[in-house]
Amino acid sequence: MGNWWQSDLFYSYRTNPVAVISSVVFVVLGLAALFAPWISPTNPFDAGSLNLMNGFTPPFSANQFTGDYFVLGTDDQGRDLVSAMLYGMRISLMVGILAVGLAMVLGVTLGLVAGYRGGWVDAVVMRLADVQLTFPSILIAMLVAGIARGLVPPDQREGMATIILILSIGLSDWVQFARTVRSSTLLEKEKEYVQAARVLGRSHLAIMFRHILPGIVSPVLVIATISLALAIIAEATLSFLGVGAPPTEPSLGTLIRIGQDFLFAGEWWILLFPALTLLLIALSVNLLGDWLRDALNPKLK
Amino acid sequence: MAGNSHGLFVWNGHMALIIIQRLLQSSLVLLLVAFVAFSMFRFVGDPVENLLGQEATLEDRAILTERLGLNDPLPVQYIRFVGKVLSWDFGVSYRTGVPVADMISERLPATLELALISAIFAMVLGISLGVYTAINRRGWLANFVMSTSLIGVSLPTFLIGILLIWVFSVELGWLPSFGRGETTDIGGWDTGLLTIEGLRSLVLPAVTLGLYQMTLIMRLVRSEMLEVLREDYIRFAFARGLHTKSIHQRHAVPNTLLPVITVAGLQLGSIIAFAIITESVFQWPGIGLMFINAVYFVDIPVMSAYLILVALMFVTINLIVDMAYFAIDPRIRSGAGGGK
Repeated sequence: MGNWWQSDLFYSYRTNPVAVISSVVFVVLGLAALFAPWISPTNPFDAGSLNLMNGFTPPFSANQFTGDYFVLGTDDQGRDLVSAMLYGMRISLMVGILAVGLAMVLGVTLGLVAGYRGGWVDAVVMRLADVQLTFPSILIAMLVAGIARGLVPPDQREGMATIILILSIGLSDWVQFARTVRSSTLLEKEKEYVQAARVLGRSHLAIMFRHILPGIVSPVLVIATISLALAIIAEATLSFLGVGAPPTEPSLGTLIRIGQDFLFAGEWWILLFPALTLLLIALSVNLLGDWLRDALNPKLK
Repeated sequence: MAGNSHGLFVWNGHMALIIIQRLLQSSLVLLLVAFVAFSMFRFVGDPVENLLGQEATLEDRAILTERLGLNDPLPVQYIRFVGKVLSWDFGVSYRTGVPVADMISERLPATLELALISAIFAMVLGISLGVYTAINRRGWLANFVMSTSLIGVSLPTFLIGILLIWVFSVELGWLPSFGRGETTDIGGWDTGLLTIEGLRSLVLPAVTLGLYQMTLIMRLVRSEMLEVLREDYIRFAFARGLHTKSIHQRHAVPNTLLPVITVAGLQLGSIIAFAIITESVFQWPGIGLMFINAVYFVDIPVMSAYLILVALMFVTINLIVDMAYFAIDPRIRSGAGGGK
């Protein structure tokens, strides 16, 4: 039966051009980010290799002083924009994926336990979720970022920036997972296979994670995909606001922040290309999530 | 269903009970938020060191510790914290040494004006475009508006702001890109709504902040309206030969507005939160910019004050939305909704 289900999903995938295109875009960008150290023309973090004379080179042209050519131009310090973006994408994607991973582990575990145990555990977790849902998640993320920055000594804040980002976005995003998993668990735990497992004397932990969890994977998958797009945008927003990835290790959001400063002087490319890349990533993940939601929804079949 | 025949604001026992219940829930949420704010102040960094700097003598530190009451048991400290908050005392900013309450009252008008104008922008344009696209479902303009709105939803707020600055400030030079312009002081409220420069400065930030909410409201109104237009009473109204315009205005539109009020009310909360991003893009001197600077410099008293303030706003908005719901929908008011 497992094979049949998979081929059904795959059929829906290859007959949906939007899903195919957005997944190809995402995979290409993801691979480019993954292999950035090998494919990027220069190392943007190696301050010694930068030539200030190359600063503000427009795209598609050679620098007027040095004659060096940069496809998408350079920033104020003469950093090649293609390289900076490849490395920036690496940070954006890494933070996004790890943050969603954290939110997923946290939310799924809390949701499973709340739904399975019920009682006061359920009440506490769900009230906490309600209170957190009162606030937009970007606000929670900023707050966690602020608290985390306060707990880290000032001289280590830049080094810990990535971890702080993952933590703040992950902690702001677990509620969706918990609520969905809880309501599915409430349905599943009454079913016969769970009762059978209980009669066989399996432990609660085993029932939750080995029996119930595999049955509710598909809604979790959908939420994870949609959360990934939101997490990537949240990361860019925090970095743009200056409380995310530092300028020494810029993500796409940091590059956009830097680019905004030069917009008035007419150096538009420092802003435009990172912004377009961010949009492309967010859009492709979003469209993938939409497709996955429809494809896994039994009501739409 | 006797409640249906009553006037709009009938106060009955059922309604009173629910409102008291909501008030209790809201107070509980606020106490919880105050606890988070208190824990931040107490445990993130050392408040004494942050206030005095590292060169302070042991004696100074002991005096301040005693004065802040940090030697008392924690529950006592928490209760004192809540008491202070209730009397609008949020302590002193670590960075500027100014009382946080003063910073807030100085900056709150900027944020509230921005939020108000963008909420009006979102509501007015969202509802009218929603109604328009629903009525002219097959028109090219309606389709164009709908597909453009999809792009608007997927753009992050800060990119919308930058895009608007690029087009209208840098390229066209029509509108200012930062600050509030000229403000006038009326009775302690610094308003930017009375000068041309102030109004011009408001345009881009308000559009940036309201655009997402506008598309959301528009799409909601459109789908509600399409739903309502399929209802029997609308079709009977057409059958009776009433004018199309009057059917739309007097029967269809009012019935789409109920869900819109809920969503729009709740969106007002996110407008205040997303104002942080907009204020940062446009260097708008409101409490959002104050908050993000506080996060950057780890200015804990400012952060916790902002948290409490925003929670207060959110809880109030939710309460008002609930009550508006009561006032508009007779089924909930009479308690008949629960019996169905």
